[in-house]
Amino acid sequence: MPTVIDRRDVQQLVQQGAQLVEVLGAKEYEAEHIPGAINIPLKTLNRATAKRLDSRHPVITYCHDNQ
Amino acid sequence: MSSRAASRLQDLGFTVYRYQAGKADWFAAGLPREGKDAGMPRVADIAAREVPTARPEEKVGDVRKRLGTGNVEPLIVVDADRVVLGLVASESLNADPQSPIEDVMDPAPVTFRPNLRVGEMPAYFKKEGIQHALVTTSDGVLVGLVHQHSE
Repeated sequence: MPTVIDRRDVQQLVQQGAQLVEVLGAKEYEAEHIPGAINIPLKTLNRATAKRLDSRHPVITYCHDNQ
Repeated sequence: MSSRAASRLQDLGFTVYRYQAGKADWFAAGLPREGKDAGMPRVADIAAREVPTARPEEKVGDVRKRLGTGNVEPLIVVDADRVVLGLVASESLNADPQSPIEDVMDPAPVTFRPNLRVGEMPAYFKKEGIQHALVTTSDGVLVGLVHQHSE
């Protein structure tokens, strides 16, 4: 099970090269997102769309809140 | 939602972490944001930062002396990490000078998160029936104070 982290961990991991992924829909992502995050909506997440990510670096997923 | 995405990505071979508190937590902490709505003014942009504060154990008389007789601003009670513990209306500083501040404070004042849009403030002021509100991060740390007509 993926490790749950807080925002300080997010800042540290991103500095070390981790990739931020917002999994909400495009409309919500376009309105506001965490700087540097890319958008892969959960509904479209599959082996093909995950190719946008670099498997050599960790990935951090987030949505709006504790959903 | 992010848990399902995290598990899926882990299945696909990635090392995955999950920021469970999500962007609501990020923005509430006053951290930067990107996107077409990112430039909209937020309460953190207009909050007064230079606000009178006190510790809960201070005596009312000492605080009154420190602030001076002309003070009309509410006093914000904070701990050593600037986490808000309460709010004291300026008129409450007329209480017994030997009373500790914690005895005259409201321990549950209304707080806004820094990312609340300025345009949304009036509705909250009306709903809560208040003239001013504290702005705090999601950790409760004081950012500042906004008045009903700050916008």
